[in-house]
Amino acid sequence: MKMTMLKLLGASALATAMTTSSAFAIECIAPANPGGGWDFTCRQIANIMYDIKVVDAPVQVTNMAGGGGGIAYANVVTERNDDADVFVAASSATTTRLAQNAYAGMTADQVRFVGAIGADPGVIVVAKDSPLMTLADMVAAIKADPGSVAFAGGSAVGGFDHMKPLQIMKAAGFDDITKIKYISVDGGADAITQTVGGFTQAMTGDMSEIVGFIKSGDVRALAVLTEERVPGFEDIPTAREQGFDVVAVNWRGVYVPKGISDDQFNVWAERLKAVAESEQWKTAMTENGLAPFTKVGGDFQTWVDGVIAETVVLSREIGVIQ
Amino acid sequence: MELFDNLALGFSIALTPYTLMLALIGCFVGTIIGALPGLGPSNGVALLIPISFSMGFDAISALVLLTSVYYGAMYGGRISSILLNIPGDEPAMMTTLDGYPMAKQGKAGDALVISGVASFVGALLATIGLMLMAPWLARVAFKFGPAEYFALYMLAFCTLGGVGSNNQAKSAMAACMGLGIAMIGLDQTTNMPRFTFGNMHLFDGIDFLVAIVGLFAVAEVFHFIETHGKNSAIGVKLGKVRIPWALLNQTKGAMLRGSGIGFVAGILPGAGASLGSFLAYMGEKAVAKDKETFGKGNPRGVAAPEAGNNAAAGGALIPMLTLGVPGSGTTAVLLALLLTLNITPGPLLFTERPDVVWSLIAALLIANFMLLILNVPMVKVFVKILMVPSYILLPGVTMIAFVGIYSLTGSSFDMLLMVAFGVLGYICRKIDIPTVPIILGILLGNAMEDNLRRAMILSDGDWLYLLSSPIAIGLWIAAVLGFIAPIFLRQFLKKPPLPTMDGD
Repeated sequence: MKMTMLKLLGASALATAMTTSSAFAIECIAPANPGGGWDFTCRQIANIMYDIKVVDAPVQVTNMAGGGGGIAYANVVTERNDDADVFVAASSATTTRLAQNAYAGMTADQVRFVGAIGADPGVIVVAKDSPLMTLADMVAAIKADPGSVAFAGGSAVGGFDHMKPLQIMKAAGFDDITKIKYISVDGGADAITQTVGGFTQAMTGDMSEIVGFIKSGDVRALAVLTEERVPGFEDIPTAREQGFDVVAVNWRGVYVPKGISDDQFNVWAERLKAVAESEQWKTAMTENGLAPFTKVGGDFQTWVDGVIAETVVLSREIGVIQ
Repeated sequence: MELFDNLALGFSIALTPYTLMLALIGCFVGTIIGALPGLGPSNGVALLIPISFSMGFDAISALVLLTSVYYGAMYGGRISSILLNIPGDEPAMMTTLDGYPMAKQGKAGDALVISGVASFVGALLATIGLMLMAPWLARVAFKFGPAEYFALYMLAFCTLGGVGSNNQAKSAMAACMGLGIAMIGLDQTTNMPRFTFGNMHLFDGIDFLVAIVGLFAVAEVFHFIETHGKNSAIGVKLGKVRIPWALLNQTKGAMLRGSGIGFVAGILPGAGASLGSFLAYMGEKAVAKDKETFGKGNPRGVAAPEAGNNAAAGGALIPMLTLGVPGSGTTAVLLALLLTLNITPGPLLFTERPDVVWSLIAALLIANFMLLILNVPMVKVFVKILMVPSYILLPGVTMIAFVGIYSLTGSSFDMLLMVAFGVLGYICRKIDIPTVPIILGILLGNAMEDNLRRAMILSDGDWLYLLSSPIAIGLWIAAVLGFIAPIFLRQFLKKPPLPTMDGD
C-alpha cells in the first residue's frame, strides 16, 4: 500500500501539470513486456473490469518483466503478500515454470490462483515461403537432420513455447529431443520476425501472437495444438488430426497474493466471472484467437494443482528437469 | 495521390482545437519530463497512461497526447545535459560531451539553439520517413538476425575508444565495467540467476536508469559538496538566447548525417535512441577533420547526437506500429497503450486502422513544429526551471532523482543502488574514467549477450556464423576500422593537449 501511495505521489505530481488528479487503487501486474500474452490478459481484464463497473476506478497495468514471470511472482510473494488490490496475469507458462522449479525455489502454493477465462491455443508457424507444408514435413525434416529446423519462441529454454515442439517430436517417436534447436527471444512478435527473416525455420507460440501475421500472409500455421479446430481459424489443422496427439493450450487467467482473506478472494472470483461473461471479453476472445475456457474459484486451484503435477511428470520425461 | 489523401485524413482528425491543445500540453509536459534528470521518456509516458485513461480520452486523443510527450521528452533531455552536465534522459547522454563544454565557454544559448534545431531536423526527417516508407522499412527488421545484432553492438563498443577521455584504455575499462554490471540478474536464455548473491532485488538486473541517475546526477551532487560549488556544473549562466545562423549553417551536415544514422538505428528493434545518438556522435567524429575538438565544445558534437536521438525516436515507431516489436523502452510503453485501446499493431495496422496511423503521423508533425517553437524561442522558460539558485536546485535534483527512480521500480533497494552509483561516478570523475561507456555497457550488454548465444545455438557453436551475411560482414569491418583506425591515426595527428583541471 505504501508503494502504491508513493506511485500516486509521482503520478499526481505530473497530473497537477495537467490540471487533474485521480486515484488508481487496483493494479494488474503483467509479468512481461508489452505485446505478449500476459500483457494482453492484463490490459483486457483491466479495461473490461472498469467498463462493466466491477471496479470504480481505472485499473493500472504495470509491466514487470523478467525471469519468465519469476520477478513478478517473487514481488507478489515477498513484498505484497497481503495486498488485496493487486492481481497478476498468469497462464500455462506460469504453472510450467512453477512445476519446473524455475522461480528460484518458489512454489505454486505461495499464491492463490483465481481463475482462467480463456485459452490461447498453441501453434507452430513457418514463413510463407517455407518448404514445410505440413506438420509431417516438419517432423520428417527434423528426423532426417535435427539441426535443420530451429525454433524461435518467447519463453526461456525449457519454457512452455519450448515444450510444444518437443512434445510433438515425442509424439512422433523421436526421442533425441536435446538435439532440437530452440532460441528464446523477447516475445512472440520477435519470434515471428526472426522466422520471417529466415534466421529460424519455425516459430512456436500462441494463436493470439500470430493473428495479424496470419491475416497478412507473412506466416503459415502448420498446426494448432487443440482438440478441435479453433472457431474463426477453421483452415488451420490440429496436430491431432495430422496424427500427432499433442494438445497444448495456454490458459489465460490471474492469481492474487496468498495472504488475502477468503472474502477478498471471493471478490476477485466474482469480478473475474463478470469479466468472463461480458460481451466485451467475448469479442476480445474471437478477435484474438482465444478459445472459450472458463474455470473460476476453488475448482480452478484444484485444476491448477493437477496440471502442475502432470507437468512435473512430463518435464522429467522429456528431460527438462531431473 | 494516396499519400496526400491519407495525410488529409490524418490532419482532418488531428487539426481540431481540442487535439491541438492536447498536443501542446503533451509537448510542454514532455519537455519538462525530458529536462528533469531521473524522469525519462519511458517512465514519463508510463506515468501518464493511467491519467489519460482516467480522463476518458478516446484512442486518438490519448495517442496524440502521449506521443507528444514522447517527442517532447526527446527534445527536453538535452537541456539539462547542456546546462548541468546531467543527461535528462538516457539518449541525451551523448549531448553532455560537447554541450556542457560549450556551456562552460559561455555558449550555452548557442548549444541550446543548435540542439533544438537539430532535434527538429531529426524528428521531422524521421516522421517523414515513417510516413513515406513505414511498411517497406519494417522489412529491414527481417534482415537482422542474431549475428547481425551482435555485429551491430560490437560496432558500438569498438568505436567507444575516444569517448570523454583522452585515454582509450580507460574507456575500454569503463565499458567492461558496464558489461559486468549488465550480467547481474536472471540470464535471459536459461533463466538462471547470476551474481545475485541470493538477493531477490538483483534478480531483475540493474536498471540503467538507476545507473544513469546515480553516475551523473548523484555524482554531480557529491562533486558540488566537495568543491563548495566551485567548478561544479550547477550554475552555468545563460545569457541572451540568439539564433547563431553561422553555427547552424556550419552544423547542417552534422544534423543530416545524424538524422540518417539515428533513423536507421531506431528502426532496428532493440537498438533504440541511445544507440542512435551514440552512433551519430561517433559517426560525426569519424568524418570530422577537427577530431581533437570533439569533447571540448564542438557544435557538431551537439548537433549530431541530438538529431540522431530524435530521428531514432521516430524510427522506433516503425517496428512498433508495423510489427508490434518495440524498438525502445518508450515505444514499449506506447505499444502497451495501443493494446489497451484495443489497437493491435502489426502488419495490418496501416490498412485496417488508417485513421489511427495517419492521425498519429499528423499529430507528430504538428507536435514537432510546436516543439521547435517551445524549444528555441521559448527555451528560457524551461531553462528557468533549471536555473534556480543551487541551494534550491541541488536538493530539487536529488529529490526528483529519488522520486523518479522510486516511481519506476517501487523499490527502496534501487535508491540505495543509485547512491552507490553516485559514489562510483564520483570516483570515476576523480580518476578521469568516462562514465558514458559504463552506461552503454549496461544498456546493451544483455542484448549483445543474448544475440551471441542465439547465434551460437543456431550455428551449433560455429563462430563463422557471426560473419554469415553481407550486413554482418559490413558491420564487422566498420567495427574493426573503428577500433584500429584511431590507433594508427594517432601517429599522424597531433597528440591532443592534456586536459587542464580535469576538463573543467
